[in-house]
Amino acid sequence: MTRVVSIYLPDLPTDRIRRADPSLPADQPIAVIARSGAKRWVSSADVAARKAGVRVGMAAAKAQALFQGLTMIDADPVADAQALERITLWALTQYSPIVAIDALDGIVMDTEGADHLQGGEESMLIGIANRFRGKALTARIAIADTWGAAHACARAIRRETVVVPRGETVRAVERLPISLLRLPEKIVGDLRTLGFQSIGELSATPRAPLALRFGPEIGRRLDQMFAHLAEPIDPIRSLEFLEVSRSFAEPIGAAETIDKYVGRLVVQLCDALQRQGLGARRIDLIVEKVDGTRQAIRAGTAKPARDVAWLTKLFRDRTEKIEPGFGIEKLSLVAVMSEPLAETQRSSSLIEEDTRDIVPLIDVFGNRGSRVYRVAPVASDVPERSLHRIAAASDDIDVSWSHHWRRPVRLLLHPELIEVIALLPDHPPVSVTWRGKRRKVKRADGPERIFGEWWQRTSEWVAVRDYFVIEDDTGERLWIYRSGDGVDAATGSHRWFIHGIFA
Amino acid sequence: MQQTATNATISELRDRIQHLEGGPVRTRKMLPFGVPAIDGVLPGGGLAYGALHEVAGGGTGTVDGAAAALFVAGIAARTRGKIVWCLTRPDLFFPALAQAGLQANRVVFVESDKEEDVLANMQEALGYGGLGAVVGEIVRLPMTASRRLQLAAEKTGTIGLAVRRWRRQSEANDFGQPTASTTRWRVSVLPSEELPVPGVGRPRWLLELMRSRAGECAEFAVGACDDKGRIHLSAGSAHGSHSSSRSLAAG
Repeated sequence: MTRVVSIYLPDLPTDRIRRADPSLPADQPIAVIARSGAKRWVSSADVAARKAGVRVGMAAAKAQALFQGLTMIDADPVADAQALERITLWALTQYSPIVAIDALDGIVMDTEGADHLQGGEESMLIGIANRFRGKALTARIAIADTWGAAHACARAIRRETVVVPRGETVRAVERLPISLLRLPEKIVGDLRTLGFQSIGELSATPRAPLALRFGPEIGRRLDQMFAHLAEPIDPIRSLEFLEVSRSFAEPIGAAETIDKYVGRLVVQLCDALQRQGLGARRIDLIVEKVDGTRQAIRAGTAKPARDVAWLTKLFRDRTEKIEPGFGIEKLSLVAVMSEPLAETQRSSSLIEEDTRDIVPLIDVFGNRGSRVYRVAPVASDVPERSLHRIAAASDDIDVSWSHHWRRPVRLLLHPELIEVIALLPDHPPVSVTWRGKRRKVKRADGPERIFGEWWQRTSEWVAVRDYFVIEDDTGERLWIYRSGDGVDAATGSHRWFIHGIFA
Repeated sequence: MQQTATNATISELRDRIQHLEGGPVRTRKMLPFGVPAIDGVLPGGGLAYGALHEVAGGGTGTVDGAAAALFVAGIAARTRGKIVWCLTRPDLFFPALAQAGLQANRVVFVESDKEEDVLANMQEALGYGGLGAVVGEIVRLPMTASRRLQLAAEKTGTIGLAVRRWRRQSEANDFGQPTASTTRWRVSVLPSEELPVPGVGRPRWLLELMRSRAGECAEFAVGACDDKGRIHLSAGSAHGSHSSSRSLAAG
């Protein structure tokens, strides 16, 4: 089952103009004027222009009359198409191996098996929306079971993102207008004349008369939308990509055969990379099957790689996920992202084996969807800020934590409120109740005072935490703190929290 | 003296048997604790490389596994090479491990969403070779999974350390189930060493060796890892400082 994301860029022509000329004020309305013969009409208008009443399809003279300050720029469909292609190629390296241009104003991609890397579909879509907004592009994004459904939903929604759950295609699209079916305008107009408004109405009508009158196009689009008919996405390719492929006269399907040919393709690809002095960062294996569907497997590496064994391993791990169906016609291996990689002296066997490079192992973890990282110190006294995650393959860091106080092995994600009997201001507690269990404090160390970091947040200007290490009579050692210094109410709420567990 | 002589005889016999069996003759290396009482109980005189070792917390420590994790960190700190630490719940506070002598640069964390992924990642790392140790925090360790880990560890001679921690204390019964691990430990907290002044002294643990292949069970009261990851036998008195350098012991 596929999951297709459709990204609709409604304001691409005006967004492109703004990106090319950052000096345009944000509130300046822009309209793009296209020419057909002697007629000049508005082919695109940005938000500000639309607010002023400019509509797409309006005569240019009328738009100008409507709003004096309107900036009118001649349409440049070629530049728009180039911009869309650039964005699509970028999306290919970022999100999924199968990405294509969808009509004149959108991108479509198959994200089956790619969303878990970004925290699920919902957060993936929000992430995409944020990235596009960061690039000053208005985008509406939908994910659904089929290209047709995602395409229609992305263009129908008012929100930025919409997730159509699996198997809910019918409910999601039945009320949408027939203009979103990707049919020729002529057919849409004729259908309207016949009284059809929504996709639901059209799909409930017997097919035969429709086919007789309009040809097979309507049935095909409906079937594609409801996943009765496969609609493979032909991924966009750039000449810069290194690509090797192998077609089979006789379709293959056995796992060992697939493994064998993938191995050979990796060797070819490494040769090609070698000739150009490149190392691959992202490689897609595209599997084309006899029934016209495609499956893709993407492997990424933490550092540019050109090592046959390493890259083969990344794919070997996942060739079992390939569903050959009725057979595989063609396998292609594409390096969609590559970086210069110079030859370096590998460690010889004279040096001890201990210094083995673990980047290939990191890649195996990463491609399985695990988060791989190291931690590094941050110069902060506040415990939860005193470390951050860094990339697993990054260089060694010389500094370490320089705590003279003991630190707990487990740090609770959120400090939990506890009940405490203690003498203020700086005596350790006498007893502590955490998660319903009361403990008598036998021994304690503290207080260790940690001051708020006013440069992080102004509310921490005077904030103080007093940490104690306490040990109860069974020997359990806990890390607790009082918010505030015990005297001045401005320094904190004076409530007690548990923050960590010692060994 | 008597004991070491017996051990030598036994290990010689073991080598000869292995030779007769025709299996691959491995020189099994050991990582000694540096505590004669503990190393004496373990066959070979230390924690075996190329084997899976299981560590769980005792009492309420089964849920947080803090002592078990620090014990394991101490072992890892005494190995050489990179450490791969697989987990699902990222609540480890690294400064504490750094205080047990484990450098942050050496440890690569692999965080997954599912328990099975932790096992798969551990197996991958153990089979990769050239690592100091592979640590995994896991809830369930079925027999087949533990056997796979043990075999992967044997193949490359990497030490595998499974920190068993449960989500609820009642689940800890699972620790009774047999696994293929070479040794099985339980670490429970004991009241800290008494100081002549008020305060928490060096933490102490009850270290139970619950299973040891071709060896005997034993238990020890030990002082927790110092800043080189070493444990020491604890007499429960005020000797021995928390760290090997005096200047840090001000706390």
